[in-house]
Amino acid sequence: MTAVTTGTPTPTPSVGTAHTRVEGRDKVTGAARYAGEIPFADLAHGWLVLSTVARGRIRSVETAPVLAMPGVLAVLDHRNAPRVETDYTGLMGSKPDPTCAVFQHDRVPHLGWPVALVVAETSEQAREAAEALVVHYEQQPHDVDFTGEHPDAYPLDSHMPAVTEKGDLDAELAASAVVVDAEYTTPEEHHNPMEPHAATARWDGGRLEVIDSNQGATWVVGELASLFSLDPASVRVRSEHVGGGFGSKGVRAHQVAAVMAATVLQRPVRVVLTRRQMFSLAGYRSPTTQRVRLGADADGRLRALEHRSLSLTSTVHEFIEPSAGVARVMYDADAHHTANRVVRLDVPTPTWMRAPGEAPGSFALEAALDELAEKCGIDPIDLRLRNEPDKGPVSGLPFAGRNLPACFREGARRFGWADRDPRPGLRRDGRWLLGTGTAAASFGAGAAPSTATLTAHPDGTFTVRIAAADIGTGARTALTLVAADALRVPPERVQVRIGDSDFGPAMIAGGSMGTRSWAWAVTTAAGELLDRLALGTGIPPEGITVRSDTTAAIGALAPAERHSFGAQFAEVAVDTATGEVRVRRMLGIFAAGRIVNPLTARGQFLGGMIWGISMALHEEAVRDRASGGHVGADLAGYHVATHADVPHIEADWIDDPDPRDPVGIKGIGEIGIVGAAAAIANAVWHATGVRHRSLPIRPDRVILAGAPSA
Amino acid sequence: MREFGYQRASDVAGAVALLGADPDARFLGGGTNLVDLMKTGVERPARLVDVRELPLDRVEMTAVGGLRIGATVTNGDLAAHPEVRRRYPALAQAVLAGASGQLRNMATVGGNLLQRTRCGYFTDVTKPCNKRVPGSGCPAVAGEHHNHAILGASDHCVAVHPSDMAVALTAFDAVVHFETANGPGELPLAEFYLPVADTPHRETALPPGALVTGITLPPAPTAANSRYRKVRERASYAFAIGSVAAALDIRDGVVRDVRLALGAVASRPWRAVEAERVLTGAPADAETYAAAADAELTAARPLPHNGYKVTLMRNLMVAVLTELAEEAAR
Repeated sequence: MTAVTTGTPTPTPSVGTAHTRVEGRDKVTGAARYAGEIPFADLAHGWLVLSTVARGRIRSVETAPVLAMPGVLAVLDHRNAPRVETDYTGLMGSKPDPTCAVFQHDRVPHLGWPVALVVAETSEQAREAAEALVVHYEQQPHDVDFTGEHPDAYPLDSHMPAVTEKGDLDAELAASAVVVDAEYTTPEEHHNPMEPHAATARWDGGRLEVIDSNQGATWVVGELASLFSLDPASVRVRSEHVGGGFGSKGVRAHQVAAVMAATVLQRPVRVVLTRRQMFSLAGYRSPTTQRVRLGADADGRLRALEHRSLSLTSTVHEFIEPSAGVARVMYDADAHHTANRVVRLDVPTPTWMRAPGEAPGSFALEAALDELAEKCGIDPIDLRLRNEPDKGPVSGLPFAGRNLPACFREGARRFGWADRDPRPGLRRDGRWLLGTGTAAASFGAGAAPSTATLTAHPDGTFTVRIAAADIGTGARTALTLVAADALRVPPERVQVRIGDSDFGPAMIAGGSMGTRSWAWAVTTAAGELLDRLALGTGIPPEGITVRSDTTAAIGALAPAERHSFGAQFAEVAVDTATGEVRVRRMLGIFAAGRIVNPLTARGQFLGGMIWGISMALHEEAVRDRASGGHVGADLAGYHVATHADVPHIEADWIDDPDPRDPVGIKGIGEIGIVGAAAAIANAVWHATGVRHRSLPIRPDRVILAGAPSA
Repeated sequence: MREFGYQRASDVAGAVALLGADPDARFLGGGTNLVDLMKTGVERPARLVDVRELPLDRVEMTAVGGLRIGATVTNGDLAAHPEVRRRYPALAQAVLAGASGQLRNMATVGGNLLQRTRCGYFTDVTKPCNKRVPGSGCPAVAGEHHNHAILGASDHCVAVHPSDMAVALTAFDAVVHFETANGPGELPLAEFYLPVADTPHRETALPPGALVTGITLPPAPTAANSRYRKVRERASYAFAIGSVAAALDIRDGVVRDVRLALGAVASRPWRAVEAERVLTGAPADAETYAAAADAELTAARPLPHNGYKVTLMRNLMVAVLTELAEEAAR
């Protein structure tokens, strides 16, 4: 037995102080191994074959010539692949996307649908054979045309109801002194994390083990166990380091295909997606067409607010981009109508992508607010402050903190907003027209049940085990700081182990809920552990371990509107002769609860804001009507902001305490992108006098819009 | 990807001999385009002959006061060369406007000339493309073509040449030198790239098996007052949607000499001959610049989604000529 060494308060709390990543050195030296590069004895490599038609049936697969190629071990397709179970509801509350349940039938519902897996001794052999595999299709006519007037569109509930309506919209619009009625569009967008999706599956002593790159081991374990009708305890998923996820890294075709091949061949099989395959198989953000109607009194007070959004999904699975949801949090009006509708087309299933709903929704709503401010002759910030709701506009629930006005005030001060001349098209710097814009941001601050295990060791150190995922956010480091404070020790004495489903169920890294949910479980366990240690019985060699489960605590949380808020500011330069738009500076001020690690938090905010630059100016996946597939599905064709596109950019936050909240942490993973594109688009208007309501604001669109008439 | 053989050549004659008449063999320079195309299956060579070690990595003055640039000079070294920067600033600017620092340190001058179009149909082997598979069709004409050609294209292919460097070289009357099994040869850059017509798969006039050994630039005092402006959809690391290389010599308010070439408008770097004709001897003013640009673009045949390029190129030509004139006047 060893003496207990806890209980002494640390000189400074760890939370709130900048800490470099605990695994930072491993990452920059290459010591950190990612899923696709962990060595396995006897490893075989699978390569997915994707359909080249957008709709039809597989007539035949010419496997024989491919099986004769060097190193080829097997070809799995719908005729010989193991059957899987798809009639279940997963952790995310929905049935599995049939895209993941590979090789179960001969139907092809979109271009890029997985039709076969070729397994070989080396990755190169597998790829060559996969590319040589001839698949014959019975091709059927496809429809990939996404238009705002599609007759087959229908409202679809998701984690929020499809439609909310209060008040008489037509009457309030008719009674409004000022009306804005505009349509906004956003294109198909893809996450493309730096690390492609990769999984290795093997059977080990009767257990299925998957080394993966995912956003939640619990999530993937649950899906794989259900799909393959296994006891969840007999499946282990590990995902130690993840090179970005952004919503795309749940269960996908490659993990399922790898498990199938490992089962058939009884040896480890790895399947890695190429960048181009990711465009078909990793999910994406649906394009949206949004109509916003605002009616206001002359002083800007909203009488009517309507936000209708249309997005698309595949023919095999329902997913909706709930862009109209953002108005349910942001602004109230006497008549308040919102609707999320979807249309099914012959395209891959979209999925969550950073700030699903809020990112495209805030573009439309916050751009419309800017148009209303112009029409009312009111400063855009004043307009928003005049329409601050005192309770949830749709729910009627109280806000658990709504520090949006403080964000605007601090942002306006630092950005120099007070000196702004509201008139557009007046400022010049050589060939560049200059303008500034602003927009509000919000994102939900939810929490989901998680478990954590904490062990006190005799040497005075502690180990935290939790099936969290660090997808580049710095979650491992954040949890180290949270645990250190909860245990009242310096962070050097805490080791946090994550990314292993054997650590017990936990929330995914998603929905800006990861750190809040995991920190809750870790703090709870730390409290219990300190209680145990306070008994003074000493620590046995195997340590003292406690386990927490936050299910009950989260269930007991009083209902409230819980969100992070923010104010985005941008200055842009536009050359209307060449169509070039460059962001010159950006500022984001956020109210996002307790900030755990200022260093990585700043990175999270900035990353979101930079993505907002991409969203406003660059990102757009182009679908070819004739083939139904993409054109330029790679990072040469699909543009994101480069360093040269990222200007002087700052993110900061204000105090946003919530004493009633057990953890006080809100999510910061998504809010950085929310409102960023609107602030840029509003700045482009201020520079040129032209409203660009379709993203991205490409040079051709700027050129065709012409020079300002002023 | 297909397994391939790899050989490294140490001299020019040896490189040409190693390639021989093998249609399945390719010269490998920096590999910044060829290797990508091999990964995507657009190129499936059985054999690569690496020419990076050839003694063609120098930039030298010619006896008449021009420059000779070896084929294996990297883009990075070319852009940094003091004589290039002094005598042909638009060439240095063009090279620096392309790719990224890492790519420019690998990419070679010879390879830059021979790089392939980035048309999304050409780079996707699951789609038809007359350039890749002659006779299979050109889906870009009715499909995605917002960055495709407005000049010199045909119904068979509307792809654009991606090089920035070649646009500046075209403006400065570069000559391409090559070696074949039958000895050396040369082609003016203006004749190096073939018209599209109905043979978009035939891109250059190089004889089969020829190795590009270098480029010469004739002396051009006008080139000292030159510039390259590139417009792209982001600030860096993107191919042009329109570019202009221009050099201007103004005496007493009259255009004495002008060089003008356009990028991202055609299957090859486009020498703006008509514009040069209008400009030469005319008053150096905005009216002339606009008339010159309009004259060049009379031949433009935009597709439904790339008509903006006509406006863009007009604006860009006028802007660059105006800037050059203003600078010369200072």
